[in-house]
Amino acid sequence: MKEYAYFLGCITPNRYPGIEAATVKVLKKFDIETRDLDGASCCPAPGVFGSFDLNTWLLIAARNVTLADMMGLDVYVTCNGCYGSLQEADHLLKEKPELKDWVNENLKDEGLEYKGNIEIKHVVELLYDDIGIKRLKEAVVAPLDAKIGVHYGCHFLKPSAVRGHGSSERPTILDELVEATGAESVDYKDKLMCCGAGGGVRTRDLEVSLTFTKQKFESMKKAGIDATINPCAFCHLQMDRGQVEIKEKFGEEFFNMPVLFITQLIGLSMGMSTEELGLNAHAIPMTEKFIR
Amino acid sequence: MSLVEDIEECGWVFGKDTVDSLYACMQCGKCTGSCPSGRITGYRTRRLMNKVQSGDRSILEDPDIWLCTTCYTCYERCPREVKTTDVIRALRNVAAKEGHMSKAHRATAMYVIKTGHAVPINDATKKLRKKLGLSEIPPTTHKYPEALKAIQDISKKMKFDKLVGFDWNTMNLEDREEK
Repeated sequence: MKEYAYFLGCITPNRYPGIEAATVKVLKKFDIETRDLDGASCCPAPGVFGSFDLNTWLLIAARNVTLADMMGLDVYVTCNGCYGSLQEADHLLKEKPELKDWVNENLKDEGLEYKGNIEIKHVVELLYDDIGIKRLKEAVVAPLDAKIGVHYGCHFLKPSAVRGHGSSERPTILDELVEATGAESVDYKDKLMCCGAGGGVRTRDLEVSLTFTKQKFESMKKAGIDATINPCAFCHLQMDRGQVEIKEKFGEEFFNMPVLFITQLIGLSMGMSTEELGLNAHAIPMTEKFIR
Repeated sequence: MSLVEDIEECGWVFGKDTVDSLYACMQCGKCTGSCPSGRITGYRTRRLMNKVQSGDRSILEDPDIWLCTTCYTCYERCPREVKTTDVIRALRNVAAKEGHMSKAHRATAMYVIKTGHAVPINDATKKLRKKLGLSEIPPTTHKYPEALKAIQDISKKMKFDKLVGFDWNTMNLEDREEK
């Protein structure tokens, strides 16, 4: 059995708790236990708060990392934004002793001290490295018969020199996870393009942000894709709720394409129900292939 | 101080070398060619780098600098290893300091000061959490007032509250002209 602290962030617990439920359940089936990270906050969003004030960004991110450091547990996240902030902050603190001193000086009032004894992981790493494709395949009881468009998002892979998951140009890790469920991962134009939400663009200029999303859905439709999967709660929101907003903003027809977080897809393949995975609470309803 | 010195100061967490990588830019335009935002807007990463290199402070008022989604595609592909996305974030810090921060962005920042979350919980999600067998309130700053206080203390210590224009009496944004 392995134990991790789950850094929830904002969108997972506060908008898409189905991601949280699905992730904890799937990991538990493979003997990975999840512990609460009590008192955590917003990561805070790397492209948003990092664009406003890097000192505040680093200090809040370091505080979140330190909460887990003091529990002695590695952390997992279900959002590329959270991964971006926590993993980057941890990387900077491990590389630069002067930053570590500055952070500790500013965290000591709360009784916290960053030591740097833990790792920040994306849940995709737990699925791929801790569990592995072989065990995921063995656990499939209800294989998916569907064409899936994988959306990687940005901050899981990039910057590749900091993240350390290899090239960001031709990744396969999520495609392999999708195919372990029996589904087919289908390539589409601009598969690796950003969803449009990051860097504060969704907040400041929704129309520009949704234009990214719209282009991705148009390409996925052309490729005959049934549903899209992602490893990021923020992309997930942009792609699920975004489809309703695209209809409102541009007056076009709904794409009606179901959006699933990677652990929700894996949960379905393991025989979990649409309802217990929170999939029936999405803005875009599941189609028949994803109703169990 | 020169523009690059301002960017170095705001981007000190990355280290001076990261910000100074901008001097290696040779204006090849691979960043602009790779930019998904530049495909649909007038935002041009190469032009941004050029203005920063030449110390043209008008870039701070240019709303286009806020069209980068921080996707890192240019950063990954830059043949001169300019840390573009880090430079852009630090540049935006300078812009924010000079008052160029949109109301929408100030509101997002306000939520973190008020609740600890940029996207706080609502009643519909509380209900859904319960239905899914999760705790109605997540174990975050939403559940622990002392954790929220820690975030608020950080905001004060870093003068983030002042940057955003947060009024502790009304727990809301101060009126401020949008530059």
